[in-house]
Amino acid sequence: MSNVALKHSSVNKIANRQVISDALLEIGKNDKEIIVLTSDSRGSASMVKFGEELPQQIIEVGIAEQNIVGIASGLAHSGKKPFIASPACFLSMRSIEQIKVDVAYSNTNVKLIGISGGVSYGALGMSHHSLQDLAVTRAIPGLDVMMPADRHEAKKMIEALIDYDRPVYVRIGRNPVQDSYTSSDYHFEIGKSVTMKEGNDLTIFAIGETVRVALDSADALQQKGINCRVINMHTIKPLDEEAIIRAAQETGRIITMEEHSIYGGLGSAVVEVVSQHQPAPVKILGIPDEPAIAGKTAEVFEHYGLSVKNVTEIAIHMVNN
Amino acid sequence: MQDIQSLKVKATEIRMDLLKLIYEAGTGHTGGSLSNTDILTALYYKVMNIDPQNPTWEDRDRYVQSKGHAVESYWAILADKGFFPKEELKTFSQFNTRLIGHPNNKVPGVEMNTGALGHGLPISVGMALAAKMDGKSYKVYTLMGDGEQAEGSVWEGAMAAAQFKLDNLVAIIDRNKLQITGSTEDVMSIEPLGDKWRSFGWEVIDVDGNDIEQLVKVLTNTPHSNGKPTMVIAHTVKGKGVSFAENVTKWHHHVPSKEEYELAMTELSKQLEVLQ
Repeated sequence: MSNVALKHSSVNKIANRQVISDALLEIGKNDKEIIVLTSDSRGSASMVKFGEELPQQIIEVGIAEQNIVGIASGLAHSGKKPFIASPACFLSMRSIEQIKVDVAYSNTNVKLIGISGGVSYGALGMSHHSLQDLAVTRAIPGLDVMMPADRHEAKKMIEALIDYDRPVYVRIGRNPVQDSYTSSDYHFEIGKSVTMKEGNDLTIFAIGETVRVALDSADALQQKGINCRVINMHTIKPLDEEAIIRAAQETGRIITMEEHSIYGGLGSAVVEVVSQHQPAPVKILGIPDEPAIAGKTAEVFEHYGLSVKNVTEIAIHMVNN
Repeated sequence: MQDIQSLKVKATEIRMDLLKLIYEAGTGHTGGSLSNTDILTALYYKVMNIDPQNPTWEDRDRYVQSKGHAVESYWAILADKGFFPKEELKTFSQFNTRLIGHPNNKVPGVEMNTGALGHGLPISVGMALAAKMDGKSYKVYTLMGDGEQAEGSVWEGAMAAAQFKLDNLVAIIDRNKLQITGSTEDVMSIEPLGDKWRSFGWEVIDVDGNDIEQLVKVLTNTPHSNGKPTMVIAHTVKGKGVSFAENVTKWHHHVPSKEEYELAMTELSKQLEVLQ
């Protein structure tokens, strides 16, 4: 393990949305240009306290995701720093044209925080899952795309975004995630992946909540004598291509993990780089092309093989063949 | 009165400029550009507080052209106002131009990229909200099409503007009654349009959208009701100024033939003579 990664899973009760809200409140007290926009999502974005303490800096637009993005772009155009906190499933789909045109194409400094992302809304079904958002947002020129691994990274990321004058989409989950980092005391850089664990037998690229699973898998593999590199790709765009090429060169084998469709997300991004620069076998783990099964995040991960057991088996097979 | 007369002359000259643009490029939205010419002339030569030498001046009035496709009158006016060299109009719709077929914010004077309908009003709500937050007195103007009223996001913006009491926001509908397929009322009826906007909490004013005097009068005195956003329903004629293009559906994006172009320019020249 590198010095930043937390070796063993531990229980964490603070959700990333809370961390983001707290950070925005803290910074927003001194930076009046920070404006939070919600689409009847104040509660689910943990923005109630922010709204109470900074009522002049929160805008409620009602259940209107196209409107929230358009309004945010107008605010940004006038020098504000708008942060939209709206469910990822709607924000990344219902308002994708506003994201494409009003935000990315017009180059307005809007931060799109997709909350309750992935399969967070487990039993609510495909309408409420956001498993295509990376694919869609990644294809839009001028838009950066990120997903923090845990609460520590969520804090680092949001702090880095305050004065980052570019459109960005960030997806976070609804529930507390087990920590992947020991603390927020590490160097975070947009577009620069973090090597959570060194190793030369194979590399696992993970993003978001799967980073923890990747670390636990690497731990299990270590006990079987396999040295697995774990890289946290918190920024999927701009992509840290160098880290991917190096991993392909040095470890030869790659596994990718993401709470996203196997089409168009991290796995696709890694394959796009590897296939053109340093061909290597890649196993893509994610949600298959079907409406995701109902269940809690851990259950859904388990079902689709985003689990220590499955990753370990695949890794052993890859290393032995 | 002299002032109004000179605006009428300007509008006629802009119509000639935009027809030339479309004819030479072989593409464009002729009908809509001709219908909105008087509205844009009123805004850019009389109503709005702008400085072409300083297009990003923070206290400027903002204009967002939501009906982005009717861009030719807009390009002709921005060039005439000096936002960019008039010479550049020759590049309209040509390879690697910035004067594309929709507003493009790489061109000085253009605030936002538009073209997808139903976007301009929410954007303008954001701009007007920012002015209120900052205690600025600038106004925000946006021009929508009548066919555009079928976009749901227009009504999301309509609700928000009233909710936030944005009386510094003026939306104009170029009510020329035609869209690409035919009559707006046949395609997807939007009437009673004024009542719809009134019921959404807007101050609604109907004007003859090809009468510059009326336009100037209504647009310079906003808000007409404190705390309410203003909706100006500008009743226009699609293809206005060119007799054979007026109220004819195909002129939505019909490019004039050589004969049509010459005939149109002759008609507009005569209108100019009468005005001068």
